[in-house]
Amino acid sequence: MACNSSTCNSSGCYKGYEEEEQPKPNTKAAVNGGNSCQNLCVKCKVNEPVCCGIGGENSRFCKDCFKNNLYGKFKQAVTYNAMITPPDKVLVAFSGGPSSRVVLQFVHEMQYKAQKNYDANKDKSLPVFGVGVAFIDESSTHSFTSLHIEKAIEDIRLIVSNLAPPSKELFVVPIESIFSSDGIDGKERLKELLDAVSDVTGKEDLLIRLRILLLQKIASENGYTRIVLGTCTSRIACHVISATVKGQGYSLSADIQYVDSRWEIPVVLPLRDCPAQELNTLCSLDGLKIVELLNGPCSGINGLVSSFVKVLQEENPSRECTIVRTAGKLTPFHFNRVPEIHDSNVPSATRRHQKRYTLKPNGSLSSDSFCPICSSPLKKSNFPSSLRSHGNQQNPDLIASACSSCQFQILPKDPSLMEEFLSVLPQQMITKAKHGDQGDFSLLREQIQEFLLSDGENEI
Amino acid sequence: MEADSKPKKSGARLCCVCNQNRAALKRPKTLELICRECFYAVFEEEIHQVILENQLFKPGDRIAIGASGGKDSTVLAYVLSELNRRHNYGLDLFLLSVDEGITGYRDDSLETVKRNELQYGLPLKIVSYKDLYGWTMDEIVKMIGLKNNCTFCGVFRRQALDRGAALLKVDKVATGHNADDIAETVLLNILRGDIARLSRCTSIITGEDGPIPRCKPFKYTYEKEIVMYAYFKKLDYFSTECIYSPNAYRGFAREFIKDLERIRPRAILDIIKSGEDFRISTTTKMPEQGTCERCGYISSQKWCKACVLLEGLNRGLPKLGIGRTQGLNSDGKKDRKRDSRTPSIESKQCGSLEF
Repeated sequence: MACNSSTCNSSGCYKGYEEEEQPKPNTKAAVNGGNSCQNLCVKCKVNEPVCCGIGGENSRFCKDCFKNNLYGKFKQAVTYNAMITPPDKVLVAFSGGPSSRVVLQFVHEMQYKAQKNYDANKDKSLPVFGVGVAFIDESSTHSFTSLHIEKAIEDIRLIVSNLAPPSKELFVVPIESIFSSDGIDGKERLKELLDAVSDVTGKEDLLIRLRILLLQKIASENGYTRIVLGTCTSRIACHVISATVKGQGYSLSADIQYVDSRWEIPVVLPLRDCPAQELNTLCSLDGLKIVELLNGPCSGINGLVSSFVKVLQEENPSRECTIVRTAGKLTPFHFNRVPEIHDSNVPSATRRHQKRYTLKPNGSLSSDSFCPICSSPLKKSNFPSSLRSHGNQQNPDLIASACSSCQFQILPKDPSLMEEFLSVLPQQMITKAKHGDQGDFSLLREQIQEFLLSDGENEI
Repeated sequence: MEADSKPKKSGARLCCVCNQNRAALKRPKTLELICRECFYAVFEEEIHQVILENQLFKPGDRIAIGASGGKDSTVLAYVLSELNRRHNYGLDLFLLSVDEGITGYRDDSLETVKRNELQYGLPLKIVSYKDLYGWTMDEIVKMIGLKNNCTFCGVFRRQALDRGAALLKVDKVATGHNADDIAETVLLNILRGDIARLSRCTSIITGEDGPIPRCKPFKYTYEKEIVMYAYFKKLDYFSTECIYSPNAYRGFAREFIKDLERIRPRAILDIIKSGEDFRISTTTKMPEQGTCERCGYISSQKWCKACVLLEGLNRGLPKLGIGRTQGLNSDGKKDRKRDSRTPSIESKQCGSLEF
């Protein structure tokens, strides 16, 4: 069927699947030219399409509809999971890459709209949520020139200052401050810690853990109530595969939900339904500046998984979504929802809404214990291993209570090096190990308290 | 430590188990250096432990070993009969082979199985697609091309094994699926969104509620180690890939796992562990089990998959039963095969089988 448009200038024009519309005359051919001429945005049927949605070549959106579609996914994730409510102060983790740039932009736009509503509203009952930005400077783990990193930080400051009003506080924190000591001390200790991990993948994963711990630290020290990550569908798909490959099938479902409240400050993932490709496109369409800090490609298992997913994605563009959807059918944990809001400042409608939409607790509120290093919930059958002592009197808890993946790829193989390793771990991890298991046993103890005779009964 | 009577070559290393013989190989699973004798011992012992811990067999069981003539099934037949003797399992072992009718591949591998029958002293039964369904894989591929042929073959083979097993009156079927296979399947099910299969695919015993239960004694055995065992023991096996398989989707997962094994050998077992640990709700919609209206085989739909596929073949609708698409059908092929095929198929009820 010949194209009905009299002014279509595309050479190899043929109609796609949308044939019911009589296209309005266009003066320009579709930007992506070539051999397909989809004259109109599939959504508004008014403007020119400029890019593909994830549905493949068939869905072409104009710039506005594309952006609205993406923002819509973000907004829905936030509302459905009650991620951000008026009294919250959210800390956006900003790495400089496209995903975090987009999430920062969207959070800002949400805040901006809320601010306008607040200003226009005579009854100032609903405060506007606060937004801060955190950038973790990992230059001590790489060999960037200080010039490079300074320029990057300058760019970030500019980006954040331009996202006002409302203004946002920016935290630029070096990764070594996780050790709560600054300067050379922290750098040395970090280097020692990373050097003690021989496995490449273990090193990368440990660094990710340190990042999260540091974000928690910044958030709690500055009164933030939520941490927002720009984790997108593509990254989650890679995580699903790499967690499977590392034997972390049990804890996998904990990491890929919208909300993760294992931590003191709940972590939320509003871009969970957005593929990386769309986020990249948005950045280029909207001129959102990205700060490329070449952390170098991941090597080891993580790098292999990335390339694998990339190959699959090329073979079938919806593969990432299928992977995430499949993993989404795994049962989440009880901490995969925002904690109940008891704040009376939050309108009761929001509280009811949250109650209705967040996940029902998973049957028994299982008393999970967590790996002190990666915080993954441990399967009950891991307990027998916790009874094994490695001959180290001071910290049998830490070693024994780590998950099998961390035991393999992070903890040193040689028992004689263990002492030293534990001395360079951040304090937060050690503390968690000490108190991690107590929760379970105190619950049990309560139930049998009246029958216990002597206090000398010490569970391991 | 006594000095070895043989002069050591410079750089030669000792077996890490017996510390006496020179190490002949590096174990793919653990990268340990090990001599041949100790390798045989540890290989066989690990399988023995798997059989015991999972209670795969009981004394007096009649077991059919799915035998394709390939390395997995040949080694399985060899090791099982060896362990049966050594540890007195008290099993009656049989070889069960399926002839899919692939010229240049299956006819060659069947020769190998016939030799195995003599070499291991295990009675052999062969069932063929031609007899059971009226179609050989060669004919099927000629009709449907090279894209979905593995689906046909897999479905038909599963039923063929069950029918053969029933003819032999065995209690269980043992297949040579190894750790690599299971790891690939776990990944495939994640990639393809099949949560129901994901929850079942790591079970070492499957089909207990069906006609014949099946078990996979090689669940934790690495493919590379099976090859090594067969190589050193000079076992007779047929080692070519199926000629129709290059386009299978499983190839993606296989490539990935090969790369993975190079970086971290234990990852294969870790994938299986993850598969076992996945939190899949038991209320997840699982297929309801019924029987096929056409042939009586176990099925979750009105017709079992084999019957659906056969119907498609006989009516010249090669896409029937494949994926969810119905379109793009080859209109021209509709009535071509009808006359020659239909009568012979419709007369093929599963009379010999009580399901």
